[in-house]
Amino acid sequence: MGYVPVKGGTEAIEASIKRLKYERLKGQEIIAINTIRSTMRGMVDQVMSESSLYSPYLAALSIKQAEGSMEEAVFLMRAHRSTLPRNYYSQTVEAETMLVERRISASFKDIPGGQLLGPTYDYTHRLLDFNLIEENPTENQQWLQNYKQELQHIEPFKELKYFPKVVEHLREEGLFEVYEADNTPPIDITKQNLDFPTSRSARLQVLTRGQTGAVTSLGYASLRGYGQVHPTVGEVRVGSVPIYVEHPNEVEHGAEDEFYIGEIKVTEVESFVPVKVKNENNEDELEFEIGYGICYGQNETKAIAMSILDQCLEHTNSDFPTHDEEFVLLHIDSVESTGFISHLKLPHYVTFQSKLDSIRQVKKGVQKNES
Amino acid sequence: MKAETHFAFFDEGSKKEIRRAIMKAVAIPGYQVPFASREMPIARGWGTGGLQITLSIIGKSDVLKVIDQGADESVNAVSIKKLVHETTGVELTDRTEDADIIQSRHRIPEIALTKEQIIVLQVPTPEPLRGVEAREYITKRMHSEYDYSGAWLILFEQIMKYGKTATAADHPVYVNHRYVMAPSPIPRFDNPKIHQSDALILLGAGREKKIYAVPPYTNVESLAFDDYPFTVESFEGMHCHLCSGADVFLDELIDHTTGETIYQCNDTSYCMERMNENVNEKEKAEVEGSYA
Repeated sequence: MGYVPVKGGTEAIEASIKRLKYERLKGQEIIAINTIRSTMRGMVDQVMSESSLYSPYLAALSIKQAEGSMEEAVFLMRAHRSTLPRNYYSQTVEAETMLVERRISASFKDIPGGQLLGPTYDYTHRLLDFNLIEENPTENQQWLQNYKQELQHIEPFKELKYFPKVVEHLREEGLFEVYEADNTPPIDITKQNLDFPTSRSARLQVLTRGQTGAVTSLGYASLRGYGQVHPTVGEVRVGSVPIYVEHPNEVEHGAEDEFYIGEIKVTEVESFVPVKVKNENNEDELEFEIGYGICYGQNETKAIAMSILDQCLEHTNSDFPTHDEEFVLLHIDSVESTGFISHLKLPHYVTFQSKLDSIRQVKKGVQKNES
Repeated sequence: MKAETHFAFFDEGSKKEIRRAIMKAVAIPGYQVPFASREMPIARGWGTGGLQITLSIIGKSDVLKVIDQGADESVNAVSIKKLVHETTGVELTDRTEDADIIQSRHRIPEIALTKEQIIVLQVPTPEPLRGVEAREYITKRMHSEYDYSGAWLILFEQIMKYGKTATAADHPVYVNHRYVMAPSPIPRFDNPKIHQSDALILLGAGREKKIYAVPPYTNVESLAFDDYPFTVESFEGMHCHLCSGADVFLDELIDHTTGETIYQCNDTSYCMERMNENVNEKEKAEVEGSYA
């Protein structure tokens, strides 16, 4: 009688949860939260980004609890997020203030401030490193020491320099329109349901917490042919940005009264997309627009894909699904898509019975007509 | 760093926000009120809309019943009950008449609900027009313009193709002569129970982020044409093999020994009640045992 006998659900669930715990424990190895934090950077970053909760510690805990399952870990974090009261909104972050670890441009070789590769997998050869099987702490320590010594020979700049945005350079040349800063307070999609047509602030929020795979796939689809956006990456930067909140009670606000509450690591992408615009004489002219992508941690593929989708959704007068905001925004959330797909495992006895009845009635009716 | 969960999981601010959406839903029967659906500790599509309603309206003295497709002991119903119980400590029950709040997936109990009770239905697809129009922006406009030709067209096309309307569960209804509403995938059999219900009916769609309601004593009509009237699932000549109940929604089962099709009440607590009615305590235990 299937898995919904009239009795026994409670016992079955308990047994199942026990079995699940057994699966996690049976290998008799315990992974420390700190081990996850310091060795699984990519995963921690991805979990924080998809769950839109910036906490490497909790992300590591969720990964441990979820036995490494991405969708489960994100799910745990999101559910935890629901229990947290949200007391403040941060001040706008200016990405120029980023402490840059990595910054490249695919548009120009020689960008003001220079290209900085930083840590990236891009130029590694994806060959399994069998040496890691026998990794040992003494050797690692030795390597770290040598590395630090190497760095000592490099002379640091006298003062802290901020990297200007690549796009500024082009704005000066008149290739990009100079937009006035839009200081409309962003809507908070976790407190307000999406209202279509959406505002850009809402779109960017949905995109940045989208499932990495889903955002990448749709961005790819657009790039490959199911869309009209083919960008050049103007700038990818990875680094930490400071977060400030306003004093909640002061009447007068000034930057010096703001509280620094910490920093977050983000990946930021600005893609340059050529678009046709009409000039004063109603002639077609080419101009560049920017597709914007940003996400928690280092996840460049997602941020670039996001910048494509951002630009797609700025131009909705296209038949491609990647330009349809409901199609893109309502289907890329990890918790929503995995939840609804997995709900198909729930019993559908009543609904199926109803369908059976409907089909039987139709069949009866058809036979009657024929006779 | 161990954190205790707040009463009924949510922070009070979230609960208040959801209750406001509920109030609006009650004030505009059948209208889908958008709300900022929270992520819950159970999966989207597994009853998070219903659960958010339940958690935001439940008080310490309430008694809760949760059913999934008619069954109190269905795994997901058990899981939801467990979560609410762990975060609130409220009393749980299987008996429909003892419950203050009944959260249900795809069924309305067989015995009539009272004005003291609230039934919370879990909804997968709150938009009755989704089948004719994929875009939310458009369907919202269709509702506001009272444009329900699409809903009628679905039924009309079925009549053209099959010679009769062929809806299964989730047959659309008119609420208070204004909004066309998806009653959630309850069987057609349960549609008439929404009409002039004594109990408040709240419907929650967590993934789609909508809450809507049918207040008590509201007119609710299932969509149908005069010459093709609305019909419910037919269980003519069939009865429950356990309690011999008829005129209830029945599950179709296969007898493992004889291979014959047998029927059983879908509403498990209704069935149990009936079986217990005429037996003494000793036999009662036996019956419950044989039910497993």
